[in-house]
Amino acid sequence: MNEFVERQITLDWHEPKRSYDVVIVGGGGHGLATAYYLASRHDITNVAVVEAGYIGSGNSGRNTTIIRANYGIPEAIRFYQHSLDLYRTLEDELSCWVMYSTKGLVWLAHTETQMRAERARCLLNIACGAETVMITQQDAKELCPQLDLSGGGRYPVAGGSYHPAAATARHDRVVWAYAQGAMRHGVDVLQHRTVTGLLRDGARVTGVQTSAGPIAAGVVLSAVGGNVSTLAAHADVRLPIRTHPLQAFVTNTYARDFDPIVSDTELLCYVSQSARGEMVIGAEYDPQPSYSLRSSFNFLQSCAAKATHLLPFLRDLRILRQWAGICDISADYSPIMGETGVDGFLVTTGWGTWGFKAIPAGGEQMAELIATGRTPALLEPFRLDRFAADRAMADQGSTGTH
Amino acid sequence: MLWITCPGCGRRPVEEYSFGGELRGVPDRIADPVERDVDYAWMYDNIHGVTSERWFHHAGCRRWLTLRRDTSTDTVVA
Repeated sequence: MNEFVERQITLDWHEPKRSYDVVIVGGGGHGLATAYYLASRHDITNVAVVEAGYIGSGNSGRNTTIIRANYGIPEAIRFYQHSLDLYRTLEDELSCWVMYSTKGLVWLAHTETQMRAERARCLLNIACGAETVMITQQDAKELCPQLDLSGGGRYPVAGGSYHPAAATARHDRVVWAYAQGAMRHGVDVLQHRTVTGLLRDGARVTGVQTSAGPIAAGVVLSAVGGNVSTLAAHADVRLPIRTHPLQAFVTNTYARDFDPIVSDTELLCYVSQSARGEMVIGAEYDPQPSYSLRSSFNFLQSCAAKATHLLPFLRDLRILRQWAGICDISADYSPIMGETGVDGFLVTTGWGTWGFKAIPAGGEQMAELIATGRTPALLEPFRLDRFAADRAMADQGSTGTH
Repeated sequence: MLWITCPGCGRRPVEEYSFGGELRGVPDRIADPVERDVDYAWMYDNIHGVTSERWFHHAGCRRWLTLRRDTSTDTVVA
């Protein structure tokens, strides 16, 4: 963590105790938010968050920070809309600036078929409380003057939809703000401590085995990104999850304002401007599962080609960084939250390419589940046993899924 | 970048292939037939390490092959 941040956010690191009421594996957004809400809303402060690296070093620090609610099925729209509402008031809640900035999302369509699909999704979003409107080519051009409506002659824009509430926030500030909030309530955050296994008493999970000794726990929550299948296997829990890398890159500073977030499901890419002025460009996840964080030139080439067709000004920019994160993609493209069928072991996973926007709602709802033992209504559709009950929730509402 | 050797076409880049899924079985400890069906239909081993999987050479000879790949590095192992 750099000095600039240390001065603004106070984090009190503690030595671990031998046992906690709740141990959360994974010090990313979801893990820390759950710890924060457990402590602040439910007075459960005997909580530890165990992180293998430093906090926010996994997918919380590797995503493209887009916050929106215009998903493809009612359950998801309600959940993400709630998350967006929590994000809006997050700075007051945590007394910490997370650089939340409402930008609006221009979602482009290229064909009549795609326009019809957008229209259907638009109506569904309005019905479920997430404001979304259909836009014409001209509207798209007005919202984003840099857009080439002919798509470089190759991907002509037919129109699209507009989701005005879409926003971005600074990813590591969100993580640190939740960490600070949790620590102020007495939560221990343990960094550089790898969870290597789970302690069992019969079928029940009673704690975690870490690189620096065992820690007993009343409840263990896996908020792991990437290695969740390996962790769950220690509890004999099987998950409908495949881990795929997703790559993104960022350019040098674009001197003009680029107001909205531009997203394109057909070309599978999305573009937004960071607070520093850099253009952040992301794409779909790699087709084969892998835990490798290596970036590829192929991805860069194909994604840059698509983005520059739509936004020709990008041609004059240079690429600063390229990186990959590993996404847990569930079999139905929806997250999996809640009980696993094994006592004392819960998961919040399947956050695929949509985890950052869900941090506040995911944390708040998981905390309620742990505190009360009852699955809140918003989480009910996302239980792991939906697969056995034949209630999978196919959601193609993410730009990265197709 | 991942290169895959096709028995018919030789060493070709990964873009020519489609990932066809891991070769997996239902764990023996799952005894209940319904639970075995659920596992077969939905669950993945999602192995962090060497795994055997099926790939389809869609832009080449259009045949299936079985590959051993290390998912921690995304490289083919012999």
